[in-house]
Order: sequence, then structure tokens, then C-alpha cells
Amino acid sequence: MLCQICGKNAASVHFTEINDNKMSELHLCERCAEEKGMQGPSKKQKFDIADLLAGMVDGMTSTEEERVGHVQCPRCGMAYSAFKETGRLGCAECYQAFQFQLRPLLRRIHGDTHHKGKVPTRDGEGATRSRQIQRLHDELQRAVEREDFERAAGIRDEVKRLEHEAQEARQTPSPRKTQE
Amino acid sequence: MKPGNGNGTPKNFDELIERATPWLSGEGPQAGMVLSTRMRLARNLQSVPFTHRARDEQLQGVLMSVVAAAERAPGFQNGLLLKMNDIGTLERQILVERHLVSHELGDGTRPRGLLAGADERLSLMINEEDHLRLQAMAPGFQLAESWAVADAADDELDEALDFAFSDETGYLTSCPTNAGTGLRASVLVHLPALVLMDEIPKVLKGISQVGLNVRGLYGEHSEVMGNLFQISNQTTLGVSERDSIESLERVVRQILEHEERARERMMRDARVQIEDKVWRAYGTLRYCRSIQAREVINLCSAVRLGVALGMSGLCPLPVMSGLLVLTQPAHLQRYAGRELTPAERNVYRAQRVREQLAAAGRDADS
Repeated sequence: MLCQICGKNAASVHFTEINDNKMSELHLCERCAEEKGMQGPSKKQKFDIADLLAGMVDGMTSTEEERVGHVQCPRCGMAYSAFKETGRLGCAECYQAFQFQLRPLLRRIHGDTHHKGKVPTRDGEGATRSRQIQRLHDELQRAVEREDFERAAGIRDEVKRLEHEAQEARQTPSPRKTQE
Repeated sequence: MKPGNGNGTPKNFDELIERATPWLSGEGPQAGMVLSTRMRLARNLQSVPFTHRARDEQLQGVLMSVVAAAERAPGFQNGLLLKMNDIGTLERQILVERHLVSHELGDGTRPRGLLAGADERLSLMINEEDHLRLQAMAPGFQLAESWAVADAADDELDEALDFAFSDETGYLTSCPTNAGTGLRASVLVHLPALVLMDEIPKVLKGISQVGLNVRGLYGEHSEVMGNLFQISNQTTLGVSERDSIESLERVVRQILEHEERARERMMRDARVQIEDKVWRAYGTLRYCRSIQAREVINLCSAVRLGVALGMSGLCPLPVMSGLLVLTQPAHLQRYAGRELTPAERNVYRAQRVREQLAAAGRDADS
């Protein structure tokens, strides 16, 4: 039997799901099952970022790969190729230095590339704004949940305004507040 | 003789480990199915390379500034600092067994430390994979409460430390799998009925489909033993802490309902077999003369199930939870006061288990 996702490899992972008394079956090859995150923990699960990275550059030509591998972090000197081997970045600045390579990776790991959540209190105005946006997002969700659409629209406008401000602020960067 | 230690602070270490581990107190909401809840926040200092790229002097600096920041934080008042290269291998292993430090922190070759809050509920690993790994642990199912503890402690540390953060990617971590919130929220659940009724594969599949992760008792790559599963959020970027925690809470609640129903069905259809299994497990623990850690964990699972199902005359949950840690190799060797070969450990472990159950039985009689 062939894998129901890729249709190429032999299916070796089989799932049976019973939903509302209806049974559905899924037959996948190991690779697709793993990609779908459907390998149970009984089989030793190892999330290996190096493998993930190796998989991502498969599609690149060797010259492209070489070029990408040589990108270096200006602060800590770590090369992207070293990150590929270890799965660990060298310093906070590496996120900036490797941003083009990291973005697809972050998307693949998290399904998103933009932080939503807590921000440091010491991060100044920008952080206060992010925090406010986050709070409004939460509030918006709650307003939608209780079907208070008038309130939701108001919040949405406020979020838009703050996001616009944030975007403008990003275009005129100010030096990061340093530790007193 | 004290088991092999360095020039560290055995007195303080003793005091730390003499206390009961709160996460295994056997108490808390839903204690019949949930052993503990844990929040972990990963943070790094903006100005220092990540741990694996930093020089020892830099890590020493991190250790000092984090400790100074924590001294001002109410959550760490009267806490205890243990420097990993000051204590012996056995002590470090004990901390690993108590989930206070990770295997990585336990290696002891670099300037790493553990700062434990006064009651072990709050702890801070310093210079692990990330400069700071803040951990809040609570017995039972207490996600919102644990988050409140971790969040407040993080705010306190944030007052004095400049955390690596970008608007786009959030808190920047050594491994991109933790970037964003840096949060790993996890719940340690006991699901014997779902395992016995062969329904666990379906549940595990469901968990991974909703973006959560399942691991064994001892974290990443550890095997599932004793029907204990650690369920945690997987993604940290693009989802707020609150949303991560709420979705984990929803899923865990559903799983607990499944488990509850499976327990009811099991007792309805196979009461005698279940009672037999539970009491045989109890009998083995009570009278064994040589036993491996894995077998203790598995038998404790059966007894724990029996207690949760209300069978009387067994051993209380806190004792069963305690055995999970007390029978691990480093704890055993510490109690024995010397290094033990695996065979000696099995004999000594059996003795400790018998003593614990006998004491619990005497308490119940008196």
C-alpha cells in the first residue's frame, strides 16, 4: 500500500480514527507521518533541528548552499553553516544576521514568524505599544467570542492605529535602551 | 560518609533535598490524574553570546548578574544558589531526578547554577542551553496559577536584566524552537485506563494534531513509563502565552474526561481484573527483595490507579508519587551513603520501597 499523502513510499504507519461512530483509516509512510507529527512517543521521538535544516536546503543548488553557509553573524562570528550543524544560534544578533534563512525555518517550526505575547518592561515605548497591541488582540478575540461586534470593530481600529505607529517607529529606529 | 561531593555547600544542599518535592506532593487539583504542572520560560541576556558560544568568564558574569537580579526579586527571597561545578556528580544527578535541573545543566563542567526559591516551586537554571530557564512547578493541574507565578518572577527579573528580545521574533533563544514566548507549559498526567483500554494511540494522535507535544516522565527523548505522559505546547512563536496555556488546558481537560470515562468503563466491565492487578502490584511493591526503577514506576502506576478509584487499604498518593523520585539511582545512593552497583541498587531499592509502604500502612493504622 502506498502512502496516502506522497503516494510514493510504502505506507508503514497506520492510523484508525473513530469519530461519531464513523471509522476512518489513514496509511502513511514514515516520513509523511513524521512531518504531520503523527509518530507516537512510543517510538523514540527526536526533534532534530539539524535534520530539519538539512531538509530545507535540499532544494538548493550547491553554489546557493555555499553562499548561504558562509553568511556570518557580525557580532559573534558564527557562520550559518555552523548553526546548520548544531541547531543552536550564537547570540541574539544571529537572528538579525540570518533573518532570511531563519524566517522560513521559524515558519516551518511554529507556523508563524511574528511574536505575539509578553514583551520586556524595560524595552521602552515600542514594547509598551506591542504589549498594548497584544492586550487589544486578546480583547478583540473575547469581544468576537461574545459576539459584541460593535466593540470588536472599535478595538480593531485601535489595533490598526497602533500597528501603523509601530511600523513608522520601526522605519526610524532608535538605539536600544541599554542597562543602567 | 556523605556521598561524593566537592567543596560545595552540602548543608544547604541537604536542606534542599530534605524537603518534599512539591511537584510530587500528590496533592493539588485533579491529583488522581494529574501529578504536576510546570511552566518554563527561556531568557537570554542581550549582551552575552548564548551559553554554548560564551567564554567561561562571560558565563560567570551572567551567573553573577542573574543572582544579583534574583536577590531583589521577592519570588526568590531566601532562595538557595547551587553552583554546578561546586557540587558532586551525585548531587547534580539528584537535582536532575527532582526535575530541578536538566541533563544539560547537570554536566557541571561550566559556570552553571541552580537558584531554587524557598519552596522549590520556583527555580532558575542559569547558563543552561539559554542563560536563564525560569521554572515554576505546582502539584496537580494548575496551569493558570503556575503561569501567574512564572510571569511575576519573570517581571521581577526583567526589572534588573536586559533580556534579548526583538519586536519581530520576541524573546531570542539559543534554539529557534523556543523563540517568541520562550514558554514551555507542561502537565504530567497519569493515563492508565486509556493505555489499558488501548485508546491511547488515538489520544496521542489527537494531541499532536493540535500542535501539542507528548513526552515521558524525564523530558525530551525520554520513554513513557508508568503510564505517565508529559503534555506540553510545541510552538512559541505567533501565539501568546495566554493562548498557549488555554489551548493546553482545553486539550488536557478533554483527555482527563476520556480517562475518567475509560476508568468508569473499566470498573464496570472488569472490576475484578482491575482490582487483582492493583493488589498484585501493591503486593509486589510491599514484599519485593530486588526491583528495578522501571518496575517500581510501572507498579506504582497500578497502585495509583487503585487509590484514585477509591480502593481502600492501599497507600496514599503522596507516598506513591514520592517513590517515583526516591527510587531513582542517585537518590538511592545518597540514602545508602555510598555508590551502589546496579544489582545492589535493586536490592536496596526494594528495601526502601518496602519501608515506605510499611510506614504508610502504620500511619493508616494509627
